Amino acid sequence: MELTKDQRDMLDGKYGEGAALALKVQVGIGECFDAPRMVPITNSHVALSNQEADLWFAEKMVKLGARTKVPPTVNPGFCLPYFKGRGMVTDEDAEHMRRTHEAYKALGCRLTYNCTPYMDTNIPFPNEIIAFSESSATPYVNSVWGARTNRESAQSALCASITGAVPEYGLLLDENRKGNILVEVKAKMEDNFSYNLLGYMGKKIGPGIPVFVGLGNYVSPEAHRNLGAELNTSGAYGMYHVVGVTPEAPTLEAAFGGKKPERVVVITDDDLARVLETEISDPGGRGIDFALFGCPHTSLNEVSHIARLVKGRHLSVPLWIMTSSLTKSSAEKMGLLDTIRAAGGEIVEDTCSDQPCWHLYKGKVGVTDSPKCAYYPRKRGLEFVIRDLETCIEAALKGEVE
Amino acid sequence: MMSGKVFSCHKISEGVGEGEVIVSKDRIMFYLVKPESGEVFEKAHDIEGRSVAKKALVFPGGKGSSVVQIDGLYQLMTRQNQPAAMIIQDAETVLVASAIIMEIPMVDKVDPKFYEIVKDGDRVRVDANNSTITILD
Repeated sequence: MELTKDQRDMLDGKYGEGAALALKVQVGIGECFDAPRMVPITNSHVALSNQEADLWFAEKMVKLGARTKVPPTVNPGFCLPYFKGRGMVTDEDAEHMRRTHEAYKALGCRLTYNCTPYMDTNIPFPNEIIAFSESSATPYVNSVWGARTNRESAQSALCASITGAVPEYGLLLDENRKGNILVEVKAKMEDNFSYNLLGYMGKKIGPGIPVFVGLGNYVSPEAHRNLGAELNTSGAYGMYHVVGVTPEAPTLEAAFGGKKPERVVVITDDDLARVLETEISDPGGRGIDFALFGCPHTSLNEVSHIARLVKGRHLSVPLWIMTSSLTKSSAEKMGLLDTIRAAGGEIVEDTCSDQPCWHLYKGKVGVTDSPKCAYYPRKRGLEFVIRDLETCIEAALKGEVE
Repeated sequence: MMSGKVFSCHKISEGVGEGEVIVSKDRIMFYLVKPESGEVFEKAHDIEGRSVAKKALVFPGGKGSSVVQIDGLYQLMTRQNQPAAMIIQDAETVLVASAIIMEIPMVDKVDPKFYEIVKDGDRVRVDANNSTITILD
């Protein structure tokens, strides 16, 4: 890879050891993908996770004197004042979150603690070269906003934020943004939940850039969020196209760059039902202990919808909605928070489902509408029955799921 | 002097690793691997219930979250249960960055003949620095 004089100086430590390490990691990535050079970025998002490796790397960068040249927005850990104040986390877990907070603060990050920045707080321009980690964010900013990022890891996005540049390869280049798999959706796709299941078809869709047809001419922001999040739970996708919907796919020909698809995959209602029952959900027809929504973070529209469903009713089990502080604040102003609390539910900001604050549900069974929400917390012993949002709310009201 | 069949490959993450081969048809998310044993516990996974610890892991590539892949490898490493080497077909940035940062040898673009003969239980030496894989006799 060819580096400028300034970049060679950075590697040699002129801008500190942290910047040197960040660039070293990026040069390693660039060489893997035969990138010819580094190109500047103007925006970034780091999928902070408050896990041991995350803290280890962030603190290492702080210790080496790194600062972010392009301050990224960041993902949530857990809301320290909320969960510590209620005694829901151990002192050790609270200390871990505190250190994560301090490390990212010292790096100069924008502490938004939200995994859906692409919906409101950090929306890139078309063709803007950026470094976005968070597996639901990467496909959204590429596919929906037409910005350009590779599927960065949290750490490679942090390195890019520090150096202010990324190796030029992959989805940064026109020729690599064309689709190669035609996905004909014959399933009904009645609601945003259907997009969670469609996204979970990664094994059947296979590697590459899927081009979806059969989704009509409008796909909601929540449906795009769900599709990207689940494509990147069942597989590894930096981008997709929806013909007639996403900006780089006005037509089928444009989506494929004039080439023929390498594969054609048909997705039916049976496929979606099968993946739900055999791969991702615990069996239904049972009592449940809690309901958890917001992986990725719940939108304001969804909070309104949940508030309508529970208004004046009484939940049988705790119901948690995870969202951004911005959405929570709006929900409070709109009276939605009061409605949800009156029913026995709660909205919690700055929090992710895969965090120690949910240890009280270890060995318990919850409901959620998100396969991603069920997938990662398995490591922590949480089990989930996955259903559409309305069925989940009914389940939380009754205390059992069909 | 070791002997065996040598295949070309392309370095992603430097280093040399030797171990028993385990082949997975499915992509791997290291977060759903038990740190204490290296055992994959993802439901419906090709190598569910089997261990990746100290193995030469042959698989299509990584998948999933941009944050927990590295944590999975980190947890395995703190217990010396990480794979000895990783041999992949489809490099994607999340696993590439994670392997480089955690300093686990990883290669791709392997001579297709390798895939015709490699099988579970073979012993291989992956030399990422010299871009070779040797199936040891």
